[in-house]
Amino acid sequence: MNTADQYLKAIYLVQRMEDGPAATGALADMLDVSPASVNEMVGKLQDRGLVDHEKYKGATLTDDGIVRAEDALQTYCIIERFLANVLEVEDYRGEASALEAVIDDTVAERLDTIIDRREECPDCFDAEADQCCYLEAPAGESAD
Amino acid sequence: MSLGQRVATDHQLARLLQIGAVLEEVVESRAYHHLDSFEDEEGVDDDVRHLLEHAAEESAEHRSRLEALIEELDAETVPYEEINKLVEAQYAQTKPEDFDGLLYDQLCNEETAYKFYDDLIEAIEASESEFSIDREQVLDTLRQIREEEAEGVEDVTEIMERRA
Repeated sequence: MNTADQYLKAIYLVQRMEDGPAATGALADMLDVSPASVNEMVGKLQDRGLVDHEKYKGATLTDDGIVRAEDALQTYCIIERFLANVLEVEDYRGEASALEAVIDDTVAERLDTIIDRREECPDCFDAEADQCCYLEAPAGESAD
Repeated sequence: MSLGQRVATDHQLARLLQIGAVLEEVVESRAYHHLDSFEDEEGVDDDVRHLLEHAAEESAEHRSRLEALIEELDAETVPYEEINKLVEAQYAQTKPEDFDGLLYDQLCNEETAYKFYDDLIEAIEASESEFSIDREQVLDTLRQIREEEAEGVEDVTEIMERRA
């Protein structure tokens, strides 16, 4: 997943949690980057018609931005679910975040052929918990 | 959340190699499922049968090369039988509709594998981290596998063009 998609996903999740525009500070916290980096990328996404940005309020996804963000969130869900249910990784959220930049969506699509994901994905993603609300955490030992 | 495309630790490297091994297992298992379910259909000629058998054998071979690296990193892989069961469970929903779909699925397998190894090589090259196994040994193995995946893409494309 490329950097732009990671930002779109973060804006989508912050918007959901805040029920309003995604503030720069909240995005910087979620992405673990500086506010200056957030402003730079949000500007680029605005130029590409994916985000509307209002000063002192924050970023809001456009319809095109929402489509891209939902695709990115689905890819993230696949990675999390794959780590939790196939590799039985205990810290599947932390590892999914660390690996999402290296896992392309075509790769995630292949992994999707062996996991059991709900049709309503990504609506069932719990932004606060950072995971699908139906995801069962691994019970056994990790494949480390 | 991490915005860097770098592999920084042994743990991350092992995890990515594990994902590669599972991808290979998926390719192998799906190829055998395709052979079983399309065996009696018209159009599955010797070329296609050979293509699927070759893909399955090559994936098994790639998996064993990845497993050797994973073992050196003190990690384990998911046994093939487990992945085969997962493929089995989802195959009815993800089975190609017809013969063209089968070839397209095979093309996706090869292209996806190529993309995965290409990204992984790039992520390792972008990292300055030292791993507990020889970095060049890992890169050599991955580059060889990537090359074979590229040949796989060509093989499927040739068959598709011949049938067009």
